[in-house]
Amino acid sequence: MRYVSRRLGFFLLTLWVALTLNFVLPRLMPGNPALAIIGKFRGGISPEAVKVLQAQFGVGTHQNLVAQYFSYLGNVATLKFGTSLTTQPGASVGRVVLNGIPWTLGLVGLTTILAFVLGTGIGIVSAWWRGGRLDSLMPPVFVIMTVIPYFWIGLVLILVFGVKLRLLPYFFSYNYSLTPGFNAAFIGNVLEHAILPAFTLLITTIGVWILTMRNTMITTLAEDYVRMARAKGLPAHRIMFDYAARNAILPNLTGFAMSLGFVVGGAILIEEVFNYQGVGYLLLQAVNNEDYPLMQALFLLITVAVLVAILISDLATAILDPRTRGAS
Amino acid sequence: MATLQTPPGASETGAGAGPGAAGPAAAGIPLAGGGGIAGARSLRRMARAITANRKATVGTVLLVLFIFVALFPGLIAHDNPQAQIYPRGLSPNAQHWLGTTAFGQDMFAQVIWGTRPVLLIAFGVGLLATIVAMLIGVAAAYLGGAWDGTLNVITDVLLVIPLFPLLIIIGSYLHGAGTAVMIAVIAATGWSYTARQLRAQALSLRNRDFLNAAKVRGERRLYVICVEIIPTMTSLLVAAFLTNALYAVLFSSSLQFIGLGDPNVTSWGTMLYWAQNNEAFQTGLPLWIIVPGLCIVALGAAFALLNYAFDEIGNPALRPVRSIRKVRVQRARS
Repeated sequence: MRYVSRRLGFFLLTLWVALTLNFVLPRLMPGNPALAIIGKFRGGISPEAVKVLQAQFGVGTHQNLVAQYFSYLGNVATLKFGTSLTTQPGASVGRVVLNGIPWTLGLVGLTTILAFVLGTGIGIVSAWWRGGRLDSLMPPVFVIMTVIPYFWIGLVLILVFGVKLRLLPYFFSYNYSLTPGFNAAFIGNVLEHAILPAFTLLITTIGVWILTMRNTMITTLAEDYVRMARAKGLPAHRIMFDYAARNAILPNLTGFAMSLGFVVGGAILIEEVFNYQGVGYLLLQAVNNEDYPLMQALFLLITVAVLVAILISDLATAILDPRTRGAS
Repeated sequence: MATLQTPPGASETGAGAGPGAAGPAAAGIPLAGGGGIAGARSLRRMARAITANRKATVGTVLLVLFIFVALFPGLIAHDNPQAQIYPRGLSPNAQHWLGTTAFGQDMFAQVIWGTRPVLLIAFGVGLLATIVAMLIGVAAAYLGGAWDGTLNVITDVLLVIPLFPLLIIIGSYLHGAGTAVMIAVIAATGWSYTARQLRAQALSLRNRDFLNAAKVRGERRLYVICVEIIPTMTSLLVAAFLTNALYAVLFSSSLQFIGLGDPNVTSWGTMLYWAQNNEAFQTGLPLWIIVPGLCIVALGAAFALLNYAFDEIGNPALRPVRSIRKVRVQRARS
C-alpha cells in the first residue's frame, strides 16, 4: 500500500512539473512568443482566442504571475486549450488533437504490440539456443540499431521501397483521391500506407524487447527448478514456455506497459518523415507554424500519456511481483 | 538509513580536531596520491582495453578520425561549404566527390565542415551533462537524508518527462538554436539517466573502509567527494560521458533535421533538413541524405562501441573470465 501511494504521489508531482514547465517555459524565453503571434495575426484572431492566449503567455493582462498561473491551471483542468491559430485556424485545439490521436494509436500502438510480441519471441528462442546462429547475430545488430537516428531509417526505406522500387506509398496515411469510409478499398489503402512507417518503427524498437527477454531468460534458465524440469524429462517446449519464459517475462511486461505510454509521442519523427497525420506530425506542424496553443496541448498530452503508463506499470509490478509490495 | 547520518558526525569530529588542522590535511596527501594512482591505474587499464578489444579499437579509430576532421576541415575540403557557386544538383565527379546540393554548394565540403558543430555538441553535452550528473548523483548518495530525497526526486522527474518533445518545445521558443544554446539545452535536460547510474555506484561505495577512514580522519565532505569518491568512478564517468555524447549526437541531429537548429550552421543535421525540404530523393540527390546520415551513424557507433568497451571495465562480472585466462597463461609460462 505504501508503495502504491508513493508511486501515486510521484505521478502527481511529475504531472505538476509538466504543467508548470508549459507555463514557465514561454515566459523564460527572450521575447514573449505570444506578443509575436498576436502581432502577426492582428485582427485575425477572435477576441476569445486572444484572451486564452493572454492567459497562456501572460501578455496584456494586469494579473500578476501567481494569478496567471492559477487561471492557467484552471484552464487546463477544465480542458480549455484555446483555439488553433495557424495549423487549422479557428478549430478548437481539443478537436485538432482528437483528429490526430486515432492515427497515432493505430500506427504506433499496433506496431508497439507487434514489436513486443515478436521481440519477446525472438528473445526466448535466442536465449534457449544461447550462442547459436540467431543469438550471436543479436549484439552487433543491437549496437548498430541504437545509433541510427529513427527518422533516417525511414528516409532510407522511402528511398529504396518508395522512390527506387516504387513498391509502397510513403506520403500521408491514405490516398487523397479516396473518400474515407469503412470499405475494403479504403482500409486496404490505409494499411498499404502504414507498411513503411510501421516497419521503420518495428525495426527500431524491437531490439530492446529481444535483449531484455534474452537476458532475463538466460538468468532464469540457470535456476534450479529449470534444471529439475529437465531432469524430470519434460518436453523442451514446456520448459521453454511454461517454466522459463513465464517467469522471465516480468521485466518485459512492465516495460511493455510503459512503452504503451510512449505510443502517443514516441514516433514524432517517423510521422513527420512519412507525413502521417498523427499526434507527432501535428506537434511539428504546430512548431513550424508557431501555433503555441496546439503545441502546448500536445506536449501535455504526450507527457500525461507517459506518466499514466508509468503509473499503470508500477501498479502492475506491485500486483504481479509481491516482492515490491514490501519494499519501502 | 542510519549510515546516512555519519557525514555530519564526521564533520563534527573534524571541527573538534580544529587546532590540528594540519593533521587531516597532511594525512590527506598520501591518500590523495592513492586516489591519483587508482585513477592512473584505471586509465592504464582503459588503454590496455582499447588495444585488446576490437570494439574499442574500431571506436577509437573512428573517433580520432572525426576529431581530426573537425580540427582541420580546411585541409581536407577546399571549398567554402556555404558558397552557392557551383551548378546545382551535380552528380558526384572528380571535382565534387559527392556532387553539389540543390543550392549549388559542394556536398563534400558540407560533410567535412559539418563535423565540427556535431563534435562540439557531442563533447560539450558529454562534459557538461556528466559533470552535472556526477555532482548530483554523488552528492545525493554521499549527503543522504533529505538531500538524497530531494535530488532523487528531481532526477526521477526529469527521467520520466519525455525528453524529445520537451526539447522540441524549448527549441520552438528559441527560434534556431545555435551550437552553444543546443549544448546548454540538451545538457540541462539530459543528465538524469547518468546521474542515476553514478548515484548507484556512489551508494555502493558509501560504507567502504577507505571512506570511513576519511570520515574518521575528519575530512571535509567536499574533500571526500572530490578526492576519495570520484577517482574510484573513473570508468563509470567515462561511460557516462560516452552515453551523453551519443544522445547529444542523436538529439541534436534530430532537432536540426526538423529545423529547430540554426539553419545557417553547416552540420549533418541541417544538411538533412535542407535535403528533405528540397525533396532530395525525388530530385535525384540521394547522397544529400545518405552521406550525412551515415556520418551520424559512424560517429554514434564510435561512442557506442567505446561505451561497450568501458562497460566491460566497469562491470566486474566480465573480469573473472579474463583473469582466469591470464592465470592459466601465467601458469603455462612458469
